Amino acid sequence: MNFEFSSEQQMIRNMVREFAEAEIAPKAAELDRNARFPIEIFDKMGKLGLMGLPIPEAYGGAGADMISYCLALEEIGRACAGTGLSYEAHVSLACVPLLLYGTEEQKQKYLVPLASGEGIGSFGLTEPGAGSDAGGTRTTAVLDGDSWVINGNKIFITNGGYAKTVVLTAVTDPATRGISAFIVPTDTPGFSTSKPYEKMGMRASNTVELILENVRIPEENLLGPLNAGFKQFLSTLDGGRVAIAALAVGIAQSAFETALSYAKQRTQFGQSISKFQAIQHKLADMAMHIDLARTAVLKAAWRKDQGLPYTLEASYAKLFASEICTETCTQAIQILGGNGYMKEYPVERNLRDAKLIEIGEGTSEIQRLVIARQLGC
Amino acid sequence: MNILVCLKQTFDTEERIVIENGKIKEDGVKFVINPYDEYAVEEAIRLRDDLGGQVTVITVGPERAEEALRTALAMGADEAILADDPALFGDEYTAAKVLAAIVKQREFDLIIAGNQAVDDGSGQVAVRLAEELGIPHVSTLTKLEVNGNQVVAHRDAEGDEEIVEASLPLLVTAQQGLNEPRYPSLIGIRKANKKPLTKVTLADLGLSLEDIEARTEITETFLPAPKTAGQILSGDLADQVKELVSALKTKDKVVG
Repeated sequence: MNFEFSSEQQMIRNMVREFAEAEIAPKAAELDRNARFPIEIFDKMGKLGLMGLPIPEAYGGAGADMISYCLALEEIGRACAGTGLSYEAHVSLACVPLLLYGTEEQKQKYLVPLASGEGIGSFGLTEPGAGSDAGGTRTTAVLDGDSWVINGNKIFITNGGYAKTVVLTAVTDPATRGISAFIVPTDTPGFSTSKPYEKMGMRASNTVELILENVRIPEENLLGPLNAGFKQFLSTLDGGRVAIAALAVGIAQSAFETALSYAKQRTQFGQSISKFQAIQHKLADMAMHIDLARTAVLKAAWRKDQGLPYTLEASYAKLFASEICTETCTQAIQILGGNGYMKEYPVERNLRDAKLIEIGEGTSEIQRLVIARQLGC
Repeated sequence: MNILVCLKQTFDTEERIVIENGKIKEDGVKFVINPYDEYAVEEAIRLRDDLGGQVTVITVGPERAEEALRTALAMGADEAILADDPALFGDEYTAAKVLAAIVKQREFDLIIAGNQAVDDGSGQVAVRLAEELGIPHVSTLTKLEVNGNQVVAHRDAEGDEEIVEASLPLLVTAQQGLNEPRYPSLIGIRKANKKPLTKVTLADLGLSLEDIEARTEITETFLPAPKTAGQILSGDLADQVKELVSALKTKDKVVG
């Protein structure tokens, strides 16, 4: 048992922290207010090699491990959750499926540009009738000569409006409800996106509908085996769950830091409110929850790095981190009182951002279901 | 061009300083490359990228200072030397002697260091090193141009700018504004652990303890007195002036 980071992990965390504090955090309030996607930040992140952090160097990435990726996500999330969410979707949901299921040719053509920061990736699974139940997918792909013709709608798609490449699912065998995955370049005729959703939080992240009208892509853009798209995305989601849990830890850490420093400065009844037991207990619980959530995230990431099964640990981390994140943000607002409710302080944004993580990439209800199934229920 | 960079690992200036048993407590403190030395590293890398050659970063400090050297390697330096033998630790005099011994074992055209370290702020080591080596130095640079053997250095002279010409070999020190240090890239970080880092001891440098013995001694370390609430004078203006003068004389003893 060893809880120490390697010098490489430490350096990556330090670098991302410095970058996020200087380049992302000062913009977070404005990005939230204007629901603006910070394309300029992603350009800089690409130049530093962050956009392909856990992707091997052979495919344009930096070849770092899952632990480093989680540390980076926590730091970005601590600065701006929406930026972190778009980053996570790009890496975990677009780059990783290409890495895991792409042919060598597909990786060179589609993964290299994404991992080296030349373009942003997106992942299309959710539909009006398909969310937790991917079996409700209605988007279809029909083979016509040497190309697939895709028709349908995808909703709540992170990065959809800025993506160079989208990985998405479509029904390829209606009889057996067979679903396959496809690589769709967003400049393909027939591909379009809606205007961005008006969201409660994560407003720096771009979220749109994808509209696919007779989108014709080459036959070789099938990703992975035919009719096996559903199964393959389940394993993609495991990695994404660990990553998004790291993002939750970052948001919680940010809210906690604001609450702690406020509590030390705010004076009532002649002393700082951090001297009152009611506030101390809140701060103690917040600190403990964050540490435990971080440990759960790193354990799941470590298991992935070791090549061990981590489905259960991924769900533990995602469920626990997302729920304590929302709770931490609520308590942070409570500690700041009236100020916490105002946009002048970041904790109300933290709460709005936090809530998404209990929903996206498998709701808390689905995480409990996954855990129960792993227990043999 | 062979460029040597002297750097020091220092406290992050945002850290709260705690004194315990007469010493600054180091537990749980974050250490960084001294910010002025970071400008030196950046400048060296840029010059190397323009003119070719090699950047070697050197530090005298405890084992933990390896982290600072690795960070400089991740930024783009080629090689590092760590003098972590406790026998090599002392004061500014000692550090300059040790650095001189390290430098004399290699070839160099230019040495770049920070203008001062943000921890003890003495600003002595680099210029002492130039003296030990018998080479000229130009301090507090805000701009550096190298053309062949000739150097044009713009230095911050107490708010004014002084332009100095010199020729290599030369030692210069970096002032804030010289450049904007880069973040190490991920690829840089991943390569940093594979770059050569050599540790040197007293024996390796052919030094004796007498050669480098510190010339100064720290007798006491203390924090500045905590800031107390101000006092607002009231009453007749003439009385206020009298009260103020008396307080400055007796209470704060700032006028004699």
